[in-house]
Amino acid sequence: MVQFVWRDVRGLVRAPMFYGYLDRLEDILMASYETYHHDVLVIGSGGAGLRAAIEASVAGVSVAVICRSLLGKAHTVMAEGGVAAALANVDDRDSWKVHFTDTMRGGQYLNNWRMAELHAKEAPDRVRELEAWGAVFDRTDDGKILQRNFGGHKYPRLAHVGDRTGLELIRTLQDYAIHQKIDVYQEHTIVSLLKEGEKVVGAFGYDREKGLFKVFHAKAVIMATGGMGKIYKISSNSGDCTGGGISLAYHAGAELIDMEFVQFHPTGMVWPPSVRGLLITEGVRGEGGVLRNKQGRRFMFDDIPELYKGQTSTDEEEGWRYTQGDKNAKRPPELLTRDHVARCITREIKEGRGSPHGGVYLDIAWIKEKISNASEHIKRKLPSMYHQFKELAGVDITKEPMEVGPTTHYIMGGVRVDADTQMTTVPGLFAAGECAAGLHGANRLGGNSLSDLLVFGKRAGEHAAVYAKGTKAGSVDDKQLEEIATWVLSPFERESTPTAENPFQVQSDLQEEMQKLVGIVRVESELNEAIEKIKAFRERAGHAACGGNRGFNPGWHTAIELKHMVTVAEAIALAARERKESRGGHFREDYPGKSEVFAKINVSIQKDAAGNMVVKQVPKLKIREDLQQIIDEMK
Amino acid sequence: MAKVVFNIWRTNPSGGEFRAYETDITEGMVVLDAVHQIQAEHANDLAVRWNCKAGKCGSCSAEINGHPKLMCMTRMSDMPEGKPVSIQPMKAFPVIKDLVTDVSVNYRVKKSIKKFKPRSPDAPDGTWRMAQVDIDRVQEFRKCIECFLCQDVCHVLREHALHDKFAGPRHMVYNAALEMHPLDIEDRTGDLKNAHGIGFCNITKCCTTVCPENIHITDNAIIPLKERVADKFYDPLMKLFRIFSK
Repeated sequence: MVQFVWRDVRGLVRAPMFYGYLDRLEDILMASYETYHHDVLVIGSGGAGLRAAIEASVAGVSVAVICRSLLGKAHTVMAEGGVAAALANVDDRDSWKVHFTDTMRGGQYLNNWRMAELHAKEAPDRVRELEAWGAVFDRTDDGKILQRNFGGHKYPRLAHVGDRTGLELIRTLQDYAIHQKIDVYQEHTIVSLLKEGEKVVGAFGYDREKGLFKVFHAKAVIMATGGMGKIYKISSNSGDCTGGGISLAYHAGAELIDMEFVQFHPTGMVWPPSVRGLLITEGVRGEGGVLRNKQGRRFMFDDIPELYKGQTSTDEEEGWRYTQGDKNAKRPPELLTRDHVARCITREIKEGRGSPHGGVYLDIAWIKEKISNASEHIKRKLPSMYHQFKELAGVDITKEPMEVGPTTHYIMGGVRVDADTQMTTVPGLFAAGECAAGLHGANRLGGNSLSDLLVFGKRAGEHAAVYAKGTKAGSVDDKQLEEIATWVLSPFERESTPTAENPFQVQSDLQEEMQKLVGIVRVESELNEAIEKIKAFRERAGHAACGGNRGFNPGWHTAIELKHMVTVAEAIALAARERKESRGGHFREDYPGKSEVFAKINVSIQKDAAGNMVVKQVPKLKIREDLQQIIDEMK
Repeated sequence: MAKVVFNIWRTNPSGGEFRAYETDITEGMVVLDAVHQIQAEHANDLAVRWNCKAGKCGSCSAEINGHPKLMCMTRMSDMPEGKPVSIQPMKAFPVIKDLVTDVSVNYRVKKSIKKFKPRSPDAPDGTWRMAQVDIDRVQEFRKCIECFLCQDVCHVLREHALHDKFAGPRHMVYNAALEMHPLDIEDRTGDLKNAHGIGFCNITKCCTTVCPENIHITDNAIIPLKERVADKFYDPLMKLFRIFSK
């Protein structure tokens, strides 16, 4: 194939060079490719990917970042509330030890303790570093970085910029990264990792614009592809969150853990239907917002879990004082961990005490009883929330309550990594951010995701560079490339076959089933049903067909990515069936309590030699003595 | 449920044409929902960029009934009833396919702007102190989601295609965010005058009108930057002073 790249940035007309000849099937099926060589290849350009790339480039190796979309558009932009770091700017009682303990408690002690330790210790430096790179966080009265309250955090800990912290974070990293020696491939999709024996030695992908194949050779590959919310129907996630990285790593032989732990954020929009699932930041509750059912009752007071009794207020007035910075007040139950709040909301709705559109009420407008300029205050503290409701639902949140319900938000599980280096169980393959697992255990605290990206993005970049320096470039045999190319092009060949499936239809059916059968409340019979159905989805994904040509063809893209979605769906369902207890983000109606046995176990998933998904229970890592002591002291 | 006709720009070997698609519209739908529905039902290969569908990533910029907008933030209920809706790609950029345009010029311009350069830290622990009032204006600029609708509607770029002479509103906002950052000590006025062509802007404020983040691009970013450039390069008294101080 001619490697012909024609660009005229100033001209308004673009030559239609690929039309005509690329429309012929034999041309579409031409499997030639361009080759690129880098030391470290970062797949994913959200917070973790960019932070990893920056660190690797500092180490002096050649680095490339693959962006599935345009640079700066990754799901990180949607993070709202803040980045958790024990800076102790607002409350000087805060320290890494408290942050560590909060993270472990939130994760119900299934976390990788070493990751939780590193995270709590290093997050403050990562946040301060952002400021040195140009980030502009909201300020305290004495000019320091302001921190706000969030669910499960004992002290105000989230550095933030209104309710658009993710945008600030990704833009800062992006603007810093473009001045480093980093090659950026925008709108490229990776379809498979490449291996030489046991080692990962690169990745195979295509560019979206023309659909040309690209082979990236690399000594080390970092997965930073984010989450999988889009395998559910109701989700707060960006369109790119299809679990691609988790699946790529799995198919390359990497071990996955904790896949049963999916976080359903308690407050997503429920109306109108087209925006159902869209996130409403926990910051609303941090600023004093309260949850009520249709009778007007603050139902969160009715169910406060044992683990949090000591630090949760039973008095509405005290809860309000807490949100306003009273250090002696205990937190209101609205700020309990996300898994618990989401379940309480589900219960209210199920028992008929919900709002007209099947949610409950989240009210921030009520604070006008407490402060004089409430309307302005809300608009300043929660500008995107105000904007979002005004534009999309026609609701003025300074005057009326919002209708909210749980939405798929985050996966705690993912690729198993070494805590210090972020290397997966496959040599040469690293992972950081949401697609990696360990830090959050059974449930993630709000704000711990952005700090996760920074802390472990940096570590992954650093250690991938070290690994790359000590490794010779591998080689890939042509047979491997041919097999991948044939598979990637197969949807075009199926277009006129009788079993051809519309990829968008398969995708939406999968989302429906996952929502229904592997959602917030799970039960064995439904999980069995889900596992059977996922097998059928795998079959249907194999029939997904597309027409048109290879230039920017969403039908084709979706047909390919179905494989990843089905893989991740299967892993979640199998892990959820394996864990016969309720803990954190995983709630089993048939096993509603916690089990002593499962308290000591992580569920692991790996591909066996025959290509089957194998589920195992592995004992969780034994915590270091001094850290256990810290936890016990702060009980 | 109502049926609405959408005239969507589809590229073809001879350039492109509007093609009509009919789809069902239900309560609360935005234009991007309709496009997705058409994509799923009638045109699997209809190219459209999108990510967050929440007005936060700035990917789905297009011209809806001739107005530059984010498709995800344009509600169907705001469209004139009973009339077809037209959707076409941004005009100021070369079309890649259907609704997708080549916006790479923006990434190149941004890279040409001098990077953030902070003063040395205020405190021994390497941190700085800034008052909220001093960062309010910078935070307004940093709301930018890089949807490039302002670039699309700027007549210097749209009508005159001067992408190599004028950086455009987005990059004026970016310049302003850096120049007015309390910690920044870099000087970008020379570049603003020359390489980035701030003089091309004749403050018609079209960019401000289309900004989905409601950034006051002209008033708060471009005009103050113009003033800085004027102060530095066109102040007659300062010019005399410079001549004699040489």
